[in-house]
Amino acid sequence: MPPSLLSMQSITKTFSGIAALSGASLEVATGEVHALIGQNGAGKSTLIKVLTGYHRKTSGEVSFEGGVFEVASPRAAQDAGISTIYQEINLVPQRSVMENICLGREQRRYGLLDWPAMRIEARRLLAQFNLTLDVDRPLSQFSTATQQMVAIARAVGFSARLVIMDEPTSSLDDREAQVLFSVIRGLRDRGVSVLFVSHRLDELYQVCDRVTIMRDGCTVRVADMAEITKLELVSTMLGRDVARAAGRTTGFGVAANPPGAPVLQASGLSDGRHARRVDFSVATGEIVGLAGLLGAGRSETARLVFGDTAAKAGQMAFAGQPFAPSQPIDAIRAGIGFCTEDRKVEGIIPDMSVADNMMLALRPALGRSGIVDETRSRDIAARFIKQLGIKCTGPDQRIRELSGGNQQKVLLARWLAMSPKLLILDEPTRGIDVGAKDEIQKLIRSLADQGLAVLMISSELEEVVEGANRVFVLREGLSVAEIARDKLTEDAVLAAMADGGQA
Amino acid sequence: MKWRFELGGLLASYGVVLTLIAVILFGYLRYDNFLGAFNILSVLRYNSMFALVSLGMCFVIMTGGIDLSVGSVAALSSVVAAYASPHGLVPGLFAGVTAGLLVGTLNGIIVTRLRIMPFIATLATMLAASGTALLLAQNQSVSVSYDTAFTALGQGNLLGLPVPALIAAAAYILGSIVLNLTSTGRSVLAVGGNEDAARMMGLPVTRITFLVYLASGGCAGLAGVILAAQFGAGQPIEGIGWELFAIAAVVVGGTLLTGGAGSVGTTLAGVLLLGVLFTILNFENGKGWISLSAYWQSVIRGLFLLAVVLLQAHLTNRVGAEKPAADAT
Amino acid sequence: MNPYATLGRYGTAIALVVLIAFNFAVTPNFATLQTLNVNLTQVCTIVIVAVGMTLVIATGGIDLSVGSLMAISGALAPMIFMGKLVEIGSIHAAVALAILVAIFAATVLGAFNGWLIARFRIQPIVATLILFIAGRGIAQVVTNGNLQVFKVPEFQVIGLGRIFGLPVQVILMILIVAAAAWVLRRTTFGRQVLAIGGNERAARLSGIATSRIKIGVYAISGALAGVAGLIVIAINSASDANLVGMGMELDAIAAVAVGGTLLSGGRATIIGTLMGALIIQLVRYTLLANGVPDAAALVVKAAIIIGAVWLQERGRVA
Repeated sequence: MPPSLLSMQSITKTFSGIAALSGASLEVATGEVHALIGQNGAGKSTLIKVLTGYHRKTSGEVSFEGGVFEVASPRAAQDAGISTIYQEINLVPQRSVMENICLGREQRRYGLLDWPAMRIEARRLLAQFNLTLDVDRPLSQFSTATQQMVAIARAVGFSARLVIMDEPTSSLDDREAQVLFSVIRGLRDRGVSVLFVSHRLDELYQVCDRVTIMRDGCTVRVADMAEITKLELVSTMLGRDVARAAGRTTGFGVAANPPGAPVLQASGLSDGRHARRVDFSVATGEIVGLAGLLGAGRSETARLVFGDTAAKAGQMAFAGQPFAPSQPIDAIRAGIGFCTEDRKVEGIIPDMSVADNMMLALRPALGRSGIVDETRSRDIAARFIKQLGIKCTGPDQRIRELSGGNQQKVLLARWLAMSPKLLILDEPTRGIDVGAKDEIQKLIRSLADQGLAVLMISSELEEVVEGANRVFVLREGLSVAEIARDKLTEDAVLAAMADGGQA
Repeated sequence: MKWRFELGGLLASYGVVLTLIAVILFGYLRYDNFLGAFNILSVLRYNSMFALVSLGMCFVIMTGGIDLSVGSVAALSSVVAAYASPHGLVPGLFAGVTAGLLVGTLNGIIVTRLRIMPFIATLATMLAASGTALLLAQNQSVSVSYDTAFTALGQGNLLGLPVPALIAAAAYILGSIVLNLTSTGRSVLAVGGNEDAARMMGLPVTRITFLVYLASGGCAGLAGVILAAQFGAGQPIEGIGWELFAIAAVVVGGTLLTGGAGSVGTTLAGVLLLGVLFTILNFENGKGWISLSAYWQSVIRGLFLLAVVLLQAHLTNRVGAEKPAADAT
Repeated sequence: MNPYATLGRYGTAIALVVLIAFNFAVTPNFATLQTLNVNLTQVCTIVIVAVGMTLVIATGGIDLSVGSLMAISGALAPMIFMGKLVEIGSIHAAVALAILVAIFAATVLGAFNGWLIARFRIQPIVATLILFIAGRGIAQVVTNGNLQVFKVPEFQVIGLGRIFGLPVQVILMILIVAAAAWVLRRTTFGRQVLAIGGNERAARLSGIATSRIKIGVYAISGALAGVAGLIVIAINSASDANLVGMGMELDAIAAVAVGGTLLSGGRATIIGTLMGALIIQLVRYTLLANGVPDAAALVVKAAIIIGAVWLQERGRVA
């Protein structure tokens, strides 16, 4: 094995008492392309941020180039030879390509910036990637792929020994990704190490030498790419033993009734970016799972159905009628509710009360000529608090003071109060503790049993396999498989997610 | 579509310069003596104060902030400078600018340390500076000393050009050098463009933010010194509305209020454009054909601002939509 | 409980009580109806404008144009009731028309602000800066910058009249404050305003018509500025487009900030705004009545604003 460049051992990191990392380790050799994979919340980003000085580790040891490595800021990490390219490109869009490459290590002449020299430098760096750009143009005028390349050129320009790439291909097409891979190989040949984070498994085999798999804040496996199969990769990442006997671990229970008539049918849906051709249908009394790895286009599909983004192509039929929502209110009026993946950013109104958060969508229908019917809304709120078992001091408590699970229940109530026909749940149990998770899963089942159609997106395999009547698997924006109840096993879903169902 | 994009970009950056040229040309063709030395010099002399506060404002806005205190800071420093004027030109200048720098420091501390929104922080210091100015001046104007050379800062000429205009020109040249040729200047733009990214790039975000408020205070202080010297008195109640004039000039100059982009030169063009409109109005009335009262100038300035803002909104939306199409490779 | 949070929540009320108690103890002749009336009369236009500002800020916006809209409303009304535009036989009809037209104009201009902000996504500071600049110009142009002096008791009752010893404008202020407080607490519109300020994405995804609500809020702010403009000219028996509403936007924002409304939106209190305006007014009165110059009051006001906002932020984060 080549000499080790970076070694992180038994790293722990807690945020106000909650462990994000508990004994994570990472070993990167000189001139190696090393993959780091894991589900959302597995701790990849936290580990990277500890390494780059954005977070301070709670305990553990890091050594870099043979010495103890301790940095307090991204700047210090950069100076020490670790450059990071973040998923959301961290450059300044309004500024020129040249500036973005050279900011922070400007070349000077007589104390003033030497633009001609920087222009040459920027062109030289970009030329390594077979890229000739007008480096004086603002970065925002270039495609995401080009911006990505600029970010890499910037990183390389800092004569980095280790370049961290956090999902660099998530916004690239195949051709662009190939260019990136040749760049990565070029870096490797020059002795630069690359830490490569991606959810596209095929890519890992194309470009990476070894892989570190993380789960729940720990490193669970390190392997040579050549020695691990795709299926093993996915099952290790999700924590599912492929050969394991099936035992129920979720609160869904068994469906009481067979599904009824179709509520929503979609074919060929596309938003022109992440969802490229999605087909699925949901019937009354049925939970339909939408599975896929991160970036497969699941949330984007939900947004298309809810009218939050306009469809570029494809048809939908809702309750037998053609359906083309152009804004959320259209979908809401038709009888659709949508609990988004990110509760904080798109769900709760933090400073409002539990009751107000619940009544947000219902209120226009409830009010007597726009006046809040305080008694009725409190009654409804109290009913849902009881029915869903929401732990709060009462309808007037601010929602920000509630736990994640209880916030999620309030958001569920927001839509249930509308008596919807279809409920879309994007990661309904993410970031929720085990007990509440179980309750929410039971609740979803019982709603479906009462005739509600549920479209559920989840990254947790067991949730999809045990909860859903049917599962549609997306892979890179395309529907690749529909798995019926009787064929619904973790193996089947894993196989479809990994290979598009051909394996 | 590429050429259209280029045109849009050109319009965004140089539209104000072209408009300024067009307006001046219009004035030259329509009125006698519009480009006469007297007229040009008086426009330059009068607008130099606005040019200075707009310069400081431009830097603040490029970081995504705002400085509402510039008008009352100018008033305060005009009073301070007037009191110091008997000691001579340099003490007067020094005292006035120092007063501005002090308020700038206060702004910087409130914004970076107390983490209060720039809008509200500088609103408060605006009141405080105004109150201090009135207290110092005991609610009156403070006459400057004519025994020293102090008044030359406002009324004098050097090489046939008004001294205040030369001061403003020097400040703009310096500002332009800082913005374009120093890493501090580039960092100002980076902080405004994407503060997180700037931090990840390892730029000293807090220091940069502090510095722009300091610079804005200094510019406003300098404008106050000129105010006192030009009108022969420190004016505690002057400067009302200067901050909004400056914001308008900066916006008309094509600097985005969201930060991250901007230019010192086009800000100057913005100031001059808003200033020249006023002169045009005077000349038009002089012709006696129609009598447009001086009050039309605010209406016209407002309309200009509206046009610029709508154009900017249009361009930003379109640039967003056409992003991939503009890819050069 | 976190002391900052407590101070942030009840600080305004506590400060007001302390101020009043202090005045009872120190300021001569404080406990008179006269003092009450003076203070209320002086504060009432600020409160009326600040009520509209509170709603705007609750959505996460700001309205710099209120002072200029006051000038427009103040310029239009006398032109109508003095018959400069059209002769109207009955003075009552003329006054009624004048009031309606003036407020209507201010409302439309306010809605224009909202339209710029909602339709073109222009930042509220810039969008309302346009009318801040142009608005006063419009008022000056229509009056040609002339002072309009009048003596029309039928109109001036809104600034000079009294009912049961209370100035009419104060009653008007109380009505507006009560109505706005009710709207904010008890109507769907009020909740939607707060929802937009609290989390615009979530509000949109819950089916709230964010554009319409925003336009409505700016229209209300414009309308209330229009009312305030009328009161000012009624008190002065004159309308000077150069002066009416000058600096009002800053007074109103200060009252809102001191009153405990979150400047980033999502949390607002109309009663707090009333108290905020009263505090600022009372501080000024206290200082004046005890021989401190007016200018010093400005410095104190600045310190109060910074202190109040800082406490709120601390209370929120902690």
